[in-house]
This record gives sequence, structure tokens and C-alpha cells, in this order.
Amino acid sequence: MEHGSEKDPANATFSLTDEDHTLANSLRFCLNQDLRVNFCGYSIPHPSEARVNIRVQTTGDRAREVLKDACEDLMSRSQHIRSTFEQAVADYKNQQGPKPMDSD
Amino acid sequence: MESTDGGDEERTTKGSAWDLPDLPTGTLPPHIQLQKTRVVCNKEAPTNTENVQYAGAYAAAGVDNTVRLDDFRENFRVEVIKLTEDDMEFDLIGLDASIANAFRRILISELPTMAIEKVLIANNTSVVQDEVLAHRLGLIPLNVDPRLFEYMSENDTANEKNTIVFKLHASCAKGGSRITVKSEELKWLPNGSEFLLAKGNSASNQDSKQKTYTSFSCSQDSLPEFADNPIAPKHADIIIAKLAPGQEIELEAHAVKGMGKTHAKWSPVATAWYRMLPEVLLLKPIEGDEAEELVKKCPVKVFDIEDIGRGVKRATVARPRNCTLCRECIRGDGWEKLVALRRVKDHFIFTIESTGALPPEVLFTEAVKILEDKCERVITELS
Ligand code: SF4
Repeated sequence: MEHGSEKDPANATFSLTDEDHTLANSLRFCLNQDLRVNFCGYSIPHPSEARVNIRVQTTGDRAREVLKDACEDLMSRSQHIRSTFEQAVADYKNQQGPKPMDSD
Repeated sequence: MESTDGGDEERTTKGSAWDLPDLPTGTLPPHIQLQKTRVVCNKEAPTNTENVQYAGAYAAAGVDNTVRLDDFRENFRVEVIKLTEDDMEFDLIGLDASIANAFRRILISELPTMAIEKVLIANNTSVVQDEVLAHRLGLIPLNVDPRLFEYMSENDTANEKNTIVFKLHASCAKGGSRITVKSEELKWLPNGSEFLLAKGNSASNQDSKQKTYTSFSCSQDSLPEFADNPIAPKHADIIIAKLAPGQEIELEAHAVKGMGKTHAKWSPVATAWYRMLPEVLLLKPIEGDEAEELVKKCPVKVFDIEDIGRGVKRATVARPRNCTLCRECIRGDGWEKLVALRRVKDHFIFTIESTGALPPEVLFTEAVKILEDKCERVITELS
């Protein structure tokens, strides 16, 4: 799934199957946030093929590692979003809790 | 948040290069800060709609444009506004649009539910054709937790772990009046299909029991999940067909697990959407008749009038959250100089309407989990 990096591991295109804008766009955000990244972008070569190509060009680090770090970054962000959300829902339910008991 | 909005700056201010400090100060000049954090809605079209994601975008000003994980952890907030059995509205604050959009896309198309996929029609003399009837049945939301079931792939046989069977038998007596067939007539068959397979192909293994279209190894209602929670359509009053005297429908419906990207009937949400938080600012004090006019202009009552003493009436922004951005308030001469309409780029008002299989708060947590799984899959592939 990694292409074009035989000579230069810092520039590579990663071809992910069964993925679309959902993951690629969020990953592009995370890659853009990484100062080691010179350029990144993604494309979906054909709409009826479930595949997305992510291009990563770095300042020297291996593109593969940088993309992996971006995934880990996105994952930790998601985990934080999930725990914050669950906490907020629990708080909301606690606040609303006494209400149904009061009303007959 | 307050420090980042550059809100009091007049909207039309364009910083001159000569006014910029000689050395980078580590903060963005207010007009750039405004471009970065707000969509500005002008009379003709919105501007600054793009998100500046690149980490080094403001390197020249000495500003790092990254939201580091620690900062994100510190600043990200969720506020639940409304939560009922089926609907939910909440604010996600401090998040990039790409991630909010990922959740929305997953909610609509990648969260599995159970829906009727196969309909075996024994008899249908109603005016609704078989295929239309099957389609209508497919769209009925089922009140069952999809996490308790497995996907059925092409070569799988239907068993108690991947299929739910309903039967529907309705007839309208001759000489009576017309009847309406509603979703409550779908009766759950915990033991699986009752229709027998044609004899021919099972001649070799002459079991004591004749084979049906499913092979359940046990009854679904003996499973603890369903024992006191029988499976049924979420709503009992969905109209499936109408029968005239003498007409009859007899069928069996098989529900399987699937995802919204295959067919919308598997989508767990009626819809899921977000909008950016509207920000309405009055650039100058608006008083007297002008204030009255402004209040009248807005169809969703964003503005109110306050009395500031001595009978002077001044307009205030009372309910900016209601703003639909119809831009009615900036129509007409000069109004654009008085009212500024903006949207906060990292504040999303997220709404989820569940179809009923799972409560909306569970749907969102499941959506986040799916994004995590996607990342994990890529990490394993890269390792
Ligand atoms: S844009 Fe429309 S909804 Fe928003 S404040 Fe102006 S008139 Fe009201």
C-alpha cells in the first residue's frame, strides 16, 4: 500500500482500501498539524472504487512513521472526545435526573 | 475564546503593513485572527470559509498554528443542550471541522443497524406490488440493538446470530370494510422461518424435521438479551399497506445487519448534522426607530430592545444562537455597517436524530469508536 518511496522514504503515497473522506480528511488535518510535514493531500481516484490515496512529503523523516504518528494523534484526540462527551452526557443526566420523579 | 475573536475590531478594518510590529510578537494581528477563527457573512457571500490547517501557516508572524494534543485536551469542551430518547443536541467546542465531519459521516453511513433485507412473499393480492411492499418493509426501523448481531455474508446460512425473522399475515374479510396494515402486524418469530424449503434438494438427508429458510440452533427469546425485551418495530403505527375486502398479504421478512452506505434503511439516524455557532455583533449602538426596525427584520427574533433610561431604546443581541444566517438584517442600505454576522469556526452545534435502534448518545460514542478503529487499522497496516 506504500508507493514511490523505494528511493526516498521521506516522500510516499499510501493507498488505503475501504476508506474515504471520513478518514482521509481527518488524517490530512492531523498531518498538517505536524511540523515535519512539507506537503500532504489526498485523492479518491475513482468514486466507485473504495480507495483513497494519501500523499505525504516530509522534511526528512520517514513518511511511513509520520503517517503512523498522525493516526495515533487522531486516535488520542478521538479518545479524548469520547471521554469528554460521555462525561458531559452523564453530567446532563444527573442534572435532569430529579425531574421525572417530581412530575406525576 | 474571548481573546481570540478580535470582536471589537470594526469588521472593515484592514491592517496596513506599516502598522505591523517589526518583530514577530507571537500573536496574530486582529484581522488575521478574525480570518482564522471566523467565517464572515457579507451581504453577497460568506468569506474566510476555509480552514487554515497547515502548521507553519503563520510562521512569518512567529505564531505556531498547531493545536497540540495537550492544548486540545485542555480546551476541548462538550455541552449537552438537549437529550431525549430520540434526539440530541450538543456543542462540540475546540475541534476542527474535518473531525466533526468525520463523526457526521460515520453516523450516517457507517454505523450498523438491523433492517429487513429479504422478504418471502407467500401471498400478496393487495394493490401494493411485491417489490414496493418489500421496500416499504425495509424502511421500518426496528427496536433492536445491532451490537448483539453479526453480519451475514453471502455464504453464511441464516442463524439466530445474524437474522431476525418477522411474519405478517393480514387479510381483509369479504363484505367488510377496508383495513390498514400497520407495522404492529409484524410478528417476531424467535424460532426463525416457518416457511419450508422445497423438498427436492434436501432429499438426501431425510431429517425428521423439514428444513426452513433459516437454521436457528436455539430460539432467540431464550437468549438473555431478548427474553424480557422482545424484538419489534420501533413504531407500531407505520402504515405498510391498505387492503380492500378479499385482499390478503402473507409474508415473512428477514432482517439482517448492515450499514447506511449500502442502503439508507440501515442508517441509524434520521439525520445527523452540525452548524457553526452564529455570532451576531452590533458594530455601533443602534437606538430608537432603527432599533425597532432591526428587531422587526429578524424572522427568528435574534434581537431584543432594552430601555437604557430616559425612554431611549437600544437594540441588543439576545439570542444569537437562533440566527439562521438569512442575512435579512444586513439587507438594505448601510445595514452592513451596523451589524456583523459571523460564524465561529471551531464551535459546532451538533444534532443527532436517532431512528430508534440506539439512543443518540450511544450512537455518537459508537461513531467515535469507529473512527478510532479506522486509525488502528491503518497503524497495524503501517507497522
Ligand atoms: S441573519 Fe437572519 S436570523 Fe440572523 S440575525 Fe440577521 S435576520 Fe436574524
